[in-house]
Amino acid sequence: MSTELPEPPSKIELKAGVGGGGEIPTFNITLRVRRYLPETTAEAYWEDFKLTMYGTDRVLDALHKVKWDHDGSLSFRRSCAHGICGSDAMRINGRNRLACKTLLKDLDTSKPITVEAIKGLPLEKDLIVDMEPFFQSYREIMPFLISKGHEPTKERYQSVEDRERFDDTTKCILCAACTSSCPVFWTDGQYFGPAAIVNAHRFIFDSRDDAGDMRLEILNDKEGVWRCRTTFNCTEACPRGIQVTKAIAEVKQAILSRTV
Amino acid sequence: MSVTIPAPRSQRIDPKYKRGPKSRGSFEMLAWLFMRLSGVALIVLIFGHLISNLIVGDGINAISFGFVAGKWADPIWQFWDLAMLWLAMLHGTNGVRTIINDYAEKHSTRAWLKGILYVATIFIVVLGTLVIFTFDPCVAGSTLPQC
Repeated sequence: MSTELPEPPSKIELKAGVGGGGEIPTFNITLRVRRYLPETTAEAYWEDFKLTMYGTDRVLDALHKVKWDHDGSLSFRRSCAHGICGSDAMRINGRNRLACKTLLKDLDTSKPITVEAIKGLPLEKDLIVDMEPFFQSYREIMPFLISKGHEPTKERYQSVEDRERFDDTTKCILCAACTSSCPVFWTDGQYFGPAAIVNAHRFIFDSRDDAGDMRLEILNDKEGVWRCRTTFNCTEACPRGIQVTKAIAEVKQAILSRTV
Repeated sequence: MSVTIPAPRSQRIDPKYKRGPKSRGSFEMLAWLFMRLSGVALIVLIFGHLISNLIVGDGINAISFGFVAGKWADPIWQFWDLAMLWLAMLHGTNGVRTIINDYAEKHSTRAWLKGILYVATIFIVVLGTLVIFTFDPCVAGSTLPQC
């Protein structure tokens, strides 16, 4: 059985230069990555990689190319690579973005594209930060349904209007792009941060939930909503387009109208 | 060269991020509310002050020791200037307080800066209030009609 099998008849001969990847324009970029390798150096430094990329490529593809073809020691997080898991938030050209949602062609490819870890959280390696403080704040606002009274035998009914009230804040994927873009959070990391407030908002304004008051009390802290300076960095950074600053303002109003 | 790295999550959370005990009361909320309300009041007070001093009548040319003396003889202007002094000072102090909170990274730096701020505020508010209520236009050799 060593004879060559004939080509399957379904295979279509592609003429060179028609279809396939060859048609997508390529361009050269310089990817300037903020490296931090605690095993070898104490200080973080910039490293440039010259890459030839396609017009359909994202920053994540460029990082893959570096890791797979140039320097395997480059470390970064990514899971789904399609803007859902929220693993690959990073500072791209000084703005917090998901690497998997940022197309290279939308950036200025004539200049080096800078990629660094998100700010304000402890840096572990290259583009990886310790997310624990971020999730600690998230846990503190009790991001789960708390209801009083009897369990309903069927589903909990909610009108379309009641669902609409908090629809925007259900979109959060916990990527930390908002919290790590907040200058108040950068200072000392004590502020609860936009992401925790967004996820509190999601339950405070949920008609099925009964612990809104508890969450408002938690966020009435000196490190809570009142530290927000409405700089809109979070709204600008959110890869899901959540109106984060607006959600924070709504929580402020809810606390005010509860006490006054 | 090698660096010893602690085991991942060995301390679970960086102590720098540990939040202090929960603040009681609603001081931050009241401060936030005060900023907005005093801001609105100050727009009225400051523009009233500017119009009465710089535009009405002879405008800026009328301002003199006598002009101020005449204004402070009227309890309405006394109250106006007192309200302006207190609101502007507390509004400004609260603004600088939040800036210190936002930019100072250490507790001790914060405490020092805020201490200096509060002392300066109290000094100016007390001095200003004293001047408004104890102002005596009849200095020696005064030719003002009140004297």
